[in-house]
Amino acid sequence: MKVIVIGNGMVGYKFCEKLRSIADTGIELIVFGEEPRPAYDRVHLTSYLDGKTAEDLLLADLQWYQDNNIILHTGDPVTRIDRHRKTVHTLDGKAETYDYLVLATGSAAFVPPIPGIDKKGVFVYRTIEDLDAIRAYAANATSGIVIGGGLLGLEAAKALLDLKVPESFVVEFSSRLMPRQIDEQGSAILENKLKELGINILTNRNSSEVLGENEVTGLAFTDGSSVSADMIIVSAGIKPRDELALQAGLTLGPRGGIVVNDQMQTSDPEIFAIGECALHRQMIYGLVAPGYEMAAVAAATIMGEEKAFTGFDMSTKLKLIGVDVASFGDPFPLPHTCHSIVFEDRFAGVYKRLNITQDGARLLGGILIGDAADYNMLLQTTKNSLPLPANPSELLTGAKKDGDANSAAVTGLPDDAVICSCESVSKGRICGAVTAGLETFDDVKKATKAGSCCGGCAPMVKDLITATMKAEGRYIRNVICEHFAYSRQEMLDLIKVKALRSFDEVIDAYGQGDGCEICKPVVASILASLWNELILDKGNDTAQDSNDRYLANIQKGGTYSVVPRIPGGEITPEKLIVIGQVATKYNLYTKITGGQRIDLFGAHLSDLPYIWEELIAAGFESGHAYGKALRTVKSCVGSTWCRFGLHDSVSFAIRIEERYRGLRAPHKIKSAVSGCIRECAEAQSKDFGIIATEKGWNLYVCGNGGSKPQHAKLLASDIDSETCIKYIDRFLMFYIKTADPLTRTATWLNKLEGGMDYLHNVVVNDSLGIAAELEAAMQTLVDNYKCEWKEVVESPELRKRFSHFINAPEEKDPTVKFEKMRDQKRAAEWK
Amino acid sequence: MSVIETSITWYYACNTTDVPTNGGVCVKLADEQIALYYFARRNEWYATQNMCPHRQQMALSRGMTGTVKDEPKVACPFHKKTFSLLDGRCISDDAESSITVYPVKVIDERVYIGINAAFMEV
Ligand code: SRM
Ligand SMILES: Cc1cc2nc3c(=O)[nH]c(=O)nc-3n(C[C@H](O)[C@H](O)[C@H](O)COP(=O)(O)OP(=O)(O)OC[C@H]3O[C@@H](n4cnc5c(N)ncnc54)[C@H](O)[C@@H]3O)c2cc1C
Ligand code: SF4
Ligand code: FES
Repeated sequence: MKVIVIGNGMVGYKFCEKLRSIADTGIELIVFGEEPRPAYDRVHLTSYLDGKTAEDLLLADLQWYQDNNIILHTGDPVTRIDRHRKTVHTLDGKAETYDYLVLATGSAAFVPPIPGIDKKGVFVYRTIEDLDAIRAYAANATSGIVIGGGLLGLEAAKALLDLKVPESFVVEFSSRLMPRQIDEQGSAILENKLKELGINILTNRNSSEVLGENEVTGLAFTDGSSVSADMIIVSAGIKPRDELALQAGLTLGPRGGIVVNDQMQTSDPEIFAIGECALHRQMIYGLVAPGYEMAAVAAATIMGEEKAFTGFDMSTKLKLIGVDVASFGDPFPLPHTCHSIVFEDRFAGVYKRLNITQDGARLLGGILIGDAADYNMLLQTTKNSLPLPANPSELLTGAKKDGDANSAAVTGLPDDAVICSCESVSKGRICGAVTAGLETFDDVKKATKAGSCCGGCAPMVKDLITATMKAEGRYIRNVICEHFAYSRQEMLDLIKVKALRSFDEVIDAYGQGDGCEICKPVVASILASLWNELILDKGNDTAQDSNDRYLANIQKGGTYSVVPRIPGGEITPEKLIVIGQVATKYNLYTKITGGQRIDLFGAHLSDLPYIWEELIAAGFESGHAYGKALRTVKSCVGSTWCRFGLHDSVSFAIRIEERYRGLRAPHKIKSAVSGCIRECAEAQSKDFGIIATEKGWNLYVCGNGGSKPQHAKLLASDIDSETCIKYIDRFLMFYIKTADPLTRTATWLNKLEGGMDYLHNVVVNDSLGIAAELEAAMQTLVDNYKCEWKEVVESPELRKRFSHFINAPEEKDPTVKFEKMRDQKRAAEWK
Repeated sequence: MSVIETSITWYYACNTTDVPTNGGVCVKLADEQIALYYFARRNEWYATQNMCPHRQQMALSRGMTGTVKDEPKVACPFHKKTFSLLDGRCISDDAESSITVYPVKVIDERVYIGINAAFMEV
């Protein structure tokens, strides 16, 4: 049997994968794709402008097609189907016969027939080539317009933002953004967020003409108004690519789309259509998950199996320009069929709407904006008609539920509940895999494919793994890796009791085998947190993460960055000059960091000891930018200069930074001190933050920036400096003692049973009776502090480790390449 | 093993004490960069290409050695892809290319890396 697939997009690719997974031999499989490269992840297309390469986006590389015995012709579109001879003809002149033909031609951007739309500077947003063209043009653009305020339009607006086009507009015909997914109130919240980012939203606008001679200069609307811009991206919807089907005489829908039945067969039963080109029961599905399901149905049907596509839930959860947007079930049922519960916090930018049946028994659907943490659970509740709590508004505050309530909810789902909709994996299959012996998310993902596409279901899969293991009485051990059957906390206690000092001693006493890249840094970090000895001593150097081993962060190309400590961000003019001199001498790129200090990039490994020798001579110390250690204590200028300052925040920040410098922890720790409630040092985003009050200091803990920002919580108010330090000592040591590896304080607190109340009790009320012990432990570490770079610079033996070639120590890595940029250098782009 | 040995040339790399225990160093042989590792815990020596195939970085000698199910491996310091020191395949990612591995022998505290003669001429 011979199957030909036309179109190597996301769905065409999935078809190949599905067909090969059902029947891997005997069937010839030939694919023709119009685009120059194999299928890539169009859903994450925008990330191409944000660091991803075309290669990163590939769904599978050419090797995969070879390994699976699939003949792929890229860059060669099919131009004609001859149904009598069952042959397809391509632009290159190839002709190939088929037994079954699968059309997976996707869709093209719909370009409305506005006068002037063919001017230079108008783009569509669908392929990598489109993005290349947009990127090139945007380099000289000062403003851009996106026509269309739906999902794709907002993706395009994100692109303008990524490309740093200074001004951008989104034009939407209807009265709100994403009209198919969200309501007016939700749109208002989203509009606010986008405005904050500098994207102007124009709703209720009907474009009448593209302005400009040959090149775009603006867009005029039917209401007489206009906007000027140098470029336009059209994202007003999609148009199924049905031109081949039309030529072949297949039945199309009145407004386009190739008509298919529940088996994805077109009007010719030997020709199938799947993905965005298929019209199923009057529906074109513009999302990838239904396309994947269609691919599975077509593959099964060709193999003589019974499988049907009967429509697909259009629930979606997206991250649009950093804002969670989700819509599930029926987002806008008719008012008389339901009650809606609405929660809105304009300040935080959160909007939630849940539609509940008149009798309050079932959830029909809803909308979540700004916080979609509960999406999976709410979607499952809707799909499986799960009973609602007596007071359904509890569903809205669900995010605050503790872990147990959450896992109870997961276990309540029926076995056939689909957890991963991209790969249609049911709860039963996931639990089955766990029962069969799997324990980690990665293993379950490999075995079932759940969570391997968009990853949205990952939290739920993890909850299911935990719940199943618990139900089976399997001990859920937070073990470090195959070499140590202990949690980090257990390891810390054991190492402390036996006073072990090196990785080898630890693995001989408590582990098995030789260690790996997971357990070695954990043990090395525990040793440093307990004893604060030089981390390169006692053979522990090779147990450190690479950055710790070389006391510097490795960067693109293999050079390192140098970050001297600048406590509290205060620096003398003389020291600034030294930094400048050192940077000039060793040809380093300099930049002010987000942590109020200066980073010098592009240092060769062998230069590091020389650079530090000079910095140390000028009074600098290691900034530990490479370690899971105290980073910076930021300060605002405070009462010495600021007219609002209540206390001297700079002096206190320096005192704090000098006290905790070099402190190694499960993850990095950051702090800040602000001189008054205006909070210019952003202390509430830090692991611990201090804010001056009329009467003393307020101490906040467990804040986080990064990918999941979280505000710090108040631990104690109006305390004096000594008490403040005492509490910080206790807080930090308690964190170091109990946290899992690579867990920031915010995540640690979120997992801590009893939460903030418990932490407050331990730190302030000494409920465990360990306060004195914690303070003493911290004092030992403070007393043991030495600048580790100073120790290296002074030791010829240690200095020897900082060369690229062991047999040519004076030579630098010849493959290191720099490029010029704005009067400095930068790392050459990697592949 | 003996079959291979006949077709390769042994190059002196460095002394045993030059290589940190359980760690690696980079050796320059002609214009090639080769990562040499000393697994002190197992008293074993391995050598591979220094370049990590993922982003083509000259980095593996600065990676971390370890084992998985008793198979020795090295983790690249950039994105922690791990490679077998026995056959060079990427353990953490089936789709990643393999790396070249070279035989190593130690005679009188001197470490030699075995290179296919044809390869060195290129
Ligand atoms: C240099 C700097 C960016 C800059 O040019 O401003 C920077 C650079 C890096 N950051 Fe950062 N971060 C820098 C400030 C920040 C800040 C802002 C701040 O500290 O006020 C944040 C958010 C605040 C926070 O941490 O809560 C920040 C959140 C991160 C994260 C995410 C942490 C999280 O909990 O989600 C990472 C990844 C990690 O640590 O695992 C990271 C990791 C990194 C790494 C280490 C990535 C890497 O492995 O190469 C970068 C190292 C560059 C180098 O070699 O020095 N960086 N990074 C800033 C150095 C500050 C300093 O003086 O030490
Ligand atoms: C920017 C952007 C963001 C998106 N975000 C999301 C999202 O968050 N969630 C979501 O679910 N969906 C999203 N989508 C939609 C999703 O990408 C599509 O639903 C999916 O790609 C459809 O797959 P397909 O294979 O049907 O079509 P495509 O991926 O378009 O593939 C069709 C392929 O067929 C080729 N072709 C056409 N005619 C021929 C011919 N005659 N001969 C040979 N080849 C031909 C085309 O060149 C193309 O490569 C997004 C789309 C875009 C553009
Ligand atoms: S400096 Fe920080 S935010 Fe910037 S690219 Fe590196 S890790 Fe990401
Ligand atoms: S460069 Fe080695 S893992 Fe990325």
